[in-house]
Amino acid sequence: MSDTVIKAENLGKKYIIGHRAENVRYVALRDVLMQNARTLWNKTKDLAKGKPIIQGDTLEEVWALKDASFEIHQGDIVGIIGRNGAGKSTLLKILSRITEPSAGRATIKGRVASLLEVGTGFHPELTGRENIYLKGAILGMTRAEIRRKFDEIVAFAEVEQYLHTPVKRYSSGMYVRLAFAVSAHLEPEILLVDEVLAVGDEEFQKKCLNKMEDVSKGGRTVLFVSHNMLAIKTLCTRCIVLDKGKAIFMGDVSSAVDTYLSNKVDIPGEIVWNEPSKASGNHLVRLKAARVISGGKVTGYPSVNEDIEIQFDYWNFEENVRRFVAVQIDNSMNSIILTTSNLKVRSIAYDPWVNKPYPVGLFRSTCIIPKYLLNVGIHHISLFINGEMVSDNIIIQRNVLSFDVQEDLELRKEYSGAWIGAVRPILAWKTEQLK
Amino acid sequence: MCICNEILILEPGRAEKNYWNDLWRYRELFIILAWRDISVRYKQTIIGVLWAILRPLLTMLVFTVIFGRVAKLPSDGNAPYALMVFAAMLPWSLFSTSLGEASNSLIGNSNLISKVYFPRLIIPTATVMTAFVDFFISFIILLGMMAYYRFLPGWNLLLLPLFIILALLASLGPGLWITALNVKYRDFRYVIPFVVQFGLYVSPVGFSSNVIPEKWRLLYSLNPMVGVIDGFRWCILGGESPIYWPGFALSIVIVTFFLWLGISSFRKMEKSFADLI
Repeated sequence: MSDTVIKAENLGKKYIIGHRAENVRYVALRDVLMQNARTLWNKTKDLAKGKPIIQGDTLEEVWALKDASFEIHQGDIVGIIGRNGAGKSTLLKILSRITEPSAGRATIKGRVASLLEVGTGFHPELTGRENIYLKGAILGMTRAEIRRKFDEIVAFAEVEQYLHTPVKRYSSGMYVRLAFAVSAHLEPEILLVDEVLAVGDEEFQKKCLNKMEDVSKGGRTVLFVSHNMLAIKTLCTRCIVLDKGKAIFMGDVSSAVDTYLSNKVDIPGEIVWNEPSKASGNHLVRLKAARVISGGKVTGYPSVNEDIEIQFDYWNFEENVRRFVAVQIDNSMNSIILTTSNLKVRSIAYDPWVNKPYPVGLFRSTCIIPKYLLNVGIHHISLFINGEMVSDNIIIQRNVLSFDVQEDLELRKEYSGAWIGAVRPILAWKTEQLK
Repeated sequence: MCICNEILILEPGRAEKNYWNDLWRYRELFIILAWRDISVRYKQTIIGVLWAILRPLLTMLVFTVIFGRVAKLPSDGNAPYALMVFAAMLPWSLFSTSLGEASNSLIGNSNLISKVYFPRLIIPTATVMTAFVDFFISFIILLGMMAYYRFLPGWNLLLLPLFIILALLASLGPGLWITALNVKYRDFRYVIPFVVQFGLYVSPVGFSSNVIPEKWRLLYSLNPMVGVIDGFRWCILGGESPIYWPGFALSIVIVTFFLWLGISSFRKMEKSFADLI
């Protein structure tokens, strides 16, 4: 097609990760010398002892992006979605030429510019006016171009009175507005946006979104990376879903968002121990499987508006004893969100097997967590199987499974994301006029 | 609709081919970055300008007293000792400032490098320009001193720009090399103060290179700054300070070698800057 502005063919980016330098933010020559000296010393020592020499640093190749192929047409606002580490930023980095691809090829028609993080390219000591020129040049505008748009930029940012003040004296709002104004008046054929809209007040965010729409109406193309599905749905006309460095979907927005949300590759939602020796347990009780069920199917991504069933299967090997089961749920901050058990006083419905002697056999316990209770985000499940005495833990299986509670996009248009607090129950409210 | 029919192809090894073209296309960025560095440098401190005046003057004073008065080393011809020292201070501080600025430049601009594309060579070369302002201030002092000593320069002074460029190139070579290494090995920056301090004594700043015995002179010229400083003195002091041509030629060879080393290793490492920084 003639209006293809970006064509990526098997684009890939490889990083080499050295395992020794894992926790080091940067390499110091001192460390390298020490390392080499140590390696040399160890090798000599090993040689003297007659041991085989082991190769020093273990290097691992990691493909941050692999075999990504897609076409983007002129005038599209393309959302790029994917979990952390899926390669979204790497893709933008390649397209903006910050880093070279290690494989494949991308053909780009027209000038590419990125909407940068606020403050990139600004110098605090320089005045607003000077910074407009500086940032403009960094973004690839010529001085003539900046001069032409200068008044427009200033008006957009609403900083007329402060043009001769160093930006270090700006309020953060002014700073953000000015930074965005310069980027917004850049007129590239292709604009890359990496979740900068997370900052600034609501009024300003609206301005940004409008600007993005204007840009695409003018026949230009926008690539928009975001975790905010709501923003993606309202803004984008097409979507690319990345997963583990691969483009797994390219097409209309709602299918893309569905693909992204139902993409269970990362969190399995179920774990089954086919080999008993590897399962947690002992001669009394042994786990067989654990799973999370939401909306009638096994998933690692239950939705807030569905009940979440935590289900686990286990073998009982002992005749005629009672078993009690319990579940603990922690959030991603490792705070305990809740503990629950099938004890009579602690459950809504009477569990038919509670207080009943178990025969030898395979059992399945299910705990139902009502919808709209857990907050959005990652949660970890720990399982407990207890004997006659409730305090007698036969099995404690910490963090056996995880699940990531998903925001319901349809119902909660006015707000997206985690609520403040460990849980997000929907509660009864009543207001009365007293006087 | 797309007015611009420019087609960009990204693939491994591609950037290599259009390198010098790209550098030219980004010349405006070069100008603006150089202007930013200069204006920030003189904005942050009122003392900035004062410092640019005091530092070379005080160093000159100390060297004149120690080498000229205490050690009683000879000056070049009939030139006043202070003037001879100051003629060498000019290229030396140009060299040392630009070397220092260049070698820290990439780290100092890491947020740009990881966010925006442009030929990275622009950053160290733009920072080198800041050294130029200090140089200009020093040059005015020099003119003042010449007036004080009633020393009339000859036609050689017209050739001074050539030697200024030579001094910049001499610092750019090692500067590029070190700034690139600095991205990967951050403690490389500690090398610079050492080189600068050491260099000040092994280069003929406080004394004339004529005090070096004739048989060692060629060997001495392996230090590229010897050629540069001799060139400056020749321009400023004229016939009082004849140039030692074989040594000068050798210095140029060394400068060229370092420049080649700097640029080629910079370009080799350049591709990984955004990943490392």
